[in-house]
Amino acid sequence: MDWLNAILQGTLLGGLYALFAAGLSLIFGVMRLVNIAHGDLIVLSAYIALSFGVSLGLNPLVALLLVVPTMALIGYALQRLILNRTMGEDLLPPLLVTFGLSVILQNVLLMGYSADPQNLQAGAIETASVTLGPLAVGVMPVMVFVTAVVVIAALQWMFYRTALGRAFRATSDRQDVAQLMGLNRAHIFGLAMALSLAVTALAGVFLGIRTAFDPAAGGARLIFGFEAVIIGGLGNLWGTLAGGVILGVAQTIGAKIDPGYQILAGHIVFLIILALRPRGLFPRIDG
Amino acid sequence: MADAILSLQALNAHYGDFQALYGVNLTVNPGEVVAVIGANGAGKTTMLRSIAGLLRNAPEAIRWKGHLIGALRADQVAALGIALVPEGRLLFPSLSVEENLVIGGQLGRKGPWSLQRVYDLFPILKERRLQQSTSLSGGQQQMVAIGRALMANPDLVLMDEISLGLAPVIIRQIYEALPGIVGEGLTAVIVEQDIAKALSVSQRVYCLQEGRVSLEGQSQTVPRDDITRAYFGV
Repeated sequence: MDWLNAILQGTLLGGLYALFAAGLSLIFGVMRLVNIAHGDLIVLSAYIALSFGVSLGLNPLVALLLVVPTMALIGYALQRLILNRTMGEDLLPPLLVTFGLSVILQNVLLMGYSADPQNLQAGAIETASVTLGPLAVGVMPVMVFVTAVVVIAALQWMFYRTALGRAFRATSDRQDVAQLMGLNRAHIFGLAMALSLAVTALAGVFLGIRTAFDPAAGGARLIFGFEAVIIGGLGNLWGTLAGGVILGVAQTIGAKIDPGYQILAGHIVFLIILALRPRGLFPRIDG
Repeated sequence: MADAILSLQALNAHYGDFQALYGVNLTVNPGEVVAVIGANGAGKTTMLRSIAGLLRNAPEAIRWKGHLIGALRADQVAALGIALVPEGRLLFPSLSVEENLVIGGQLGRKGPWSLQRVYDLFPILKERRLQQSTSLSGGQQQMVAIGRALMANPDLVLMDEISLGLAPVIIRQIYEALPGIVGEGLTAVIVEQDIAKALSVSQRVYCLQEGRVSLEGQSQTVPRDDITRAYFGV
């Protein structure tokens, strides 16, 4: 029964990892941008929620109503003012710029909030649980998982059923021809980054409720996000959810064997999948 | 000259250090079909890409309905009513046939062209509308590329080598559709390798040679010897 519990907890944890990964997957899919600062932006979201909590006395879950649009605005501005200037045939300049952004964000957070670990207090819901037969399931992890499923379903719908999604796919296919259709690439990219960071806001707040965070916490989240994206297959959103779940389950099972193996087990499963299926388990089928 | 809808004045174009166009002057009158012919590398495609805004120029090099558009981005040029059917078709592989057409009209300009009208012109596209655009034959893809440009309801359509790489029967089909496209006051600039085809559908013709205009004339009356000389530079 302990093992079943580990698998269940790992699956729910996978929802959080899928939220880490969805934003990465989205911007890579639309503009081939690898955002090294993604983990730090997740942590930034948690700190913004913390500040809203302190200054306005908001529960972090309520603060999401402010954090999500704030991060979306930051995303649009970041893309229009900085990242668009680096976009071109070469993938390296934006990679380096986001790496620099990562360093800057960590240091700004360090100056603003110190290195002390922080936590978002969401109240009783944090420890609430329901019993399913012999298993106890936390309400918060279930909420995170359901949010991840809803977010991914919504992104999937947006991509394939709306004019914005069509514009994203067209721009991803051929930037210059999309421009001929009257789509301003700079604006489309800005919207993609806004959407990515809106999802990041959810990930950051849920992270901050689940665990303590500090300004240097972004790196590990970036790795988990990358691993989920690559396990699932680049450009496949449902695959990203599956990748998050596989990573989460690997970690909880590893922790079950020995608490020291938690993170290592996740990395090992990632490496095995990368070795056997370099394009991930569910690669997007290109025409 | 004064009533030209489009005029190029001393248009130069560069790819890095390489100069592809040297002082090209060209005018297009409303409702007219102008053919641009020339050998490979003469600068025909470069000229269309410059007009469409994919290559940026001095603002005054390209005048469209009184606007100086030489320095505008492609999306701004598109909003002013100029559409390009690019060489090689360049459909969006992630989009279905119908989505490729719909995105062509996403600026929402008013005009005679609609999805239904494109399907009437090319009925095969309606049958294939839910397929990925890359699963179509070359000729059908060319129909999508033309339909996508028409969906924008442009005032000027630029067509780059629309017969390139297609079977003769398909080329005939596409050229037979052309009068139905340019009939209603739509102005067109057509770049074409096939000189006879280009002359048959156009009122005026320009020949480019090594980035310069080497001939300008009426399509029906220009002597063939002049064309040969302008084309090959002999």
